[in-house]
Order: sequence, then structure tokens, then C-alpha cells
Amino acid sequence: MTAPPGAPQRAEASIWKLVLTLSAAGAVAGFLIVFVYAWSQPIIQTYKAEQLRLAVQEVLKGPDRYDTLYVYEETLVKELPEGVDGASLEQIFLGYTESGERIGFAIAYGEPGFQDIVRIIFGYDRASQALLGMKVLDSKETPGLGDKIEKDTSFVNQFDGVLSPLVGVKPRKATGDPHEIDMITGATISSRVVIRIINNQIERLGPLMDAYVQQANAAQLARAESMP
Amino acid sequence: MSPRETTPQVDFFRGIWQENPVLIQMLGLCPALAVTNTVENALWMALATFFVLTGSSLMVSLLKKIIPGEVRIPMFILIIATFVTVADMCLEAIVPAVYKQLGAFVALIVVNCIILSRQEAFASKRPIGRSLLDAVGTGVGFTIAMVMMGSVREVLGQGTLMNYKVIPGNFEPWVIFILPPGGFLTLGFWLLLLNWWEERKKERAKVREWPEGVGAPGERRVA
Repeated sequence: MTAPPGAPQRAEASIWKLVLTLSAAGAVAGFLIVFVYAWSQPIIQTYKAEQLRLAVQEVLKGPDRYDTLYVYEETLVKELPEGVDGASLEQIFLGYTESGERIGFAIAYGEPGFQDIVRIIFGYDRASQALLGMKVLDSKETPGLGDKIEKDTSFVNQFDGVLSPLVGVKPRKATGDPHEIDMITGATISSRVVIRIINNQIERLGPLMDAYVQQANAAQLARAESMP
Repeated sequence: MSPRETTPQVDFFRGIWQENPVLIQMLGLCPALAVTNTVENALWMALATFFVLTGSSLMVSLLKKIIPGEVRIPMFILIIATFVTVADMCLEAIVPAVYKQLGAFVALIVVNCIILSRQEAFASKRPIGRSLLDAVGTGVGFTIAMVMMGSVREVLGQGTLMNYKVIPGNFEPWVIFILPPGGFLTLGFWLLLLNWWEERKKERAKVREWPEGVGAPGERRVA
């Protein structure tokens, strides 16, 4: 590589000087990046956790409290064996009323949409097979069209009370079936992605939810019987 | 060959208008077309670019005597990439909602030719003060162009300006303006308008300089 045009002529630098200059600059750059990373990561993680907490509250219609359950070895568990890091496992949330009754599960998942991964969270009452609500967590769908899956309240509100499995129908073609969701004109792919995520996750996690509820009911009964 | 002599005022104002990176030099068009669908996005993108440009110019000008000419381009890229990474992390921490909208374009500042061109053409040959003035001027010029693009696209595409409704409710927004074709249309519109204005200014100057008593070019002769 030659010197820049217009720069004063300088003696050619030795290869060691070139290596040393680049290494020193790389080390300083690395130090600066690590410093900023250490400062920014806690803020970013706190924001993400808060956004998720608000989303769980929204799709479970304001539960009094909720438990975080982990998908561990094909089962749902509330407490993990020692040494297992929960942050790396899939999590779903189980909401309760003030009196301790179960409201439903909140499940977050993402699948490829029209532009990029569409990530949503939805509330689901396993007993009645009804959805409690849906919220888009992350989407880069086309502004003005695909982004209606999060901005168009008439689309979003349909997920409140609809029965699973969901069936997407074209606008004005609805028959009144409680499984139907009116898709958005001009954003059929984005609408279908939301419906597909919900149906797939209910199919995948449904047996795990049933097993967890059965186990929790049995434990509750055993506790009641053991009381004097 | 010594660098062309200029005044501090020229160094500062050149990037704002005379050599505006987007509207005159047609550089940095990728973010100017991609993330100007709202003024807020355009402004944050411009601020991130401004930060990287001024930071890189400062460092390059400061280190110009110890950077060997043979590795100057890798060094410029390293300096720019460091500032871009810092800007990327800071934006995610400070304005996470905007960061999500800007997507990969913050990381792509590293390949923005406005920044590398200012380092190679200016900061690596001039004193720190002048390099900073040049970077600030170019950054301001880029910000102005981004806001010009964003304001037209947001008003016509969403009926809002900085998220405030500015067009009555019965106006159906022209969605095309917040889609990629809207970026090209808006840029074309601004270039057309600015070139027409420049030409008009030149024509008027010509007429003013024309000798008295002689018909100026374009002047209608009445029989």
C-alpha cells in the first residue's frame, strides 16, 4: 500500500512498526468496546425484562402474580436442578388471580415473517382452549401493511377469546365460527405467521401444560390431605 | 503538494450546503433512503453518524503523525468501526425502540463513504481543529438532509410530524412514502427542487452581470 496522495514523503515503515501500530490500535479499540459493553448490557437486559413483564401482564389480563416455568427435558418445571442455567432455556409464564386460581399461560415465540422474524406473546387458557390476548414483541414487517399485526387494534383484539386451533379467513368471509381470525388485507403473510405461531406452540406445548397442571393439582390435593 | 488553503468558516460551511454529502455529493444514500420513514428515525440515525464522523475525524487527525501511510486505511476502518460499535450499544441502551426501527443500518455506518472520505481527504492531512470543523459541518449537512427526507415522508406517509398529527383525520396517508419507493421519490423531489433553485439563482446572477443596454440571455425582445 502506498502513502496517501499529497502526504509528505516518509521513509517506508518496518513491518514490525506496522504490526505494532495495528495491534496497539486494536487493543485500545477492544478495551473501549468492552467498557461500553459492560455499561450498556445491564441497561439493555433490564429494559428487555421490563418489556416482557409488561407483555405478560397485558396478555394475561393483569394477573395478581405469575410463575416462570422452564421447558426442561420435555417437561415444564418451576424449579431447575442445581447447576442448570434458566436463562438459556425456553420460558413460559403461568398467571394466577389474587385467590390463587390459574388464569392461563403466556407463551412467547418467533417465526420468520414477510421481512424478518416475527416474535409474539400470547395468553392461553388451556382449560377452555381460549386465547386471552396477543401482543407482537418484535417485528420488522412492512410499514403501513404488515405492521398492522401490531398496530391495527381490530386485528389484535380478535385474539381475545378466540378458540384454538385458530383459522385465518379473508376479510368479510367470516362465518361466525369461534376459531376464526379475520386476516389483514394486503398483509396476508404477516397475519398467517401470527396464526401459525399460536397454533404450532399450542400443539407443541399443550401436552406439557396439561402434565404440569395435573402434577400441580395432585400436589395441591396431597397438601390438603396431609393437613390436620 | 500541500493541501489547498481554506478558512475555518469554509471548512465548516462547506459540508452543510456547498458540498452537502447527500444532496450535492450523493454520498450516504443508503441510510438516507432506508431509515428516513419518520423524522425521529432520521434524526437518531443522523446523530449516530455525526458522533462517528466527529469522533473518527478527531482520532485520525490526532494520530495522523504516528499512523504509517501503508496501514492508514485499515487504521481508519478500525477507528470508525470502534466508534460505530460504541454508537450501536449506546443507542440500544438509550433509545431501544428507535434502535429496533433502525435495525442493521446503525452497524452499516461503518461502510458509510461520507465518513471514510472525510478521513482520507481531510482529517489525515489537517490539524485537529480544522478536522473537527469539517466533521461537524459535514455531520450537520447530513442531519439536515436526513430531516428534510424524513419530514416529507412522515407527513405524507403517516400524516404526522415527530409523531404529532399535522394532517386532518379525513386525509388518507400515502403509504408509499414510508415504503422504499417513497424514499426514492422524496430524494428525487428534493434534488429537483434544489437544482431548480440553484439554476434560477445562477440565471439571475447572469442577468445582473450583463452589460447595460444589451439584451440579457432569455430576455424577451418587444418589437
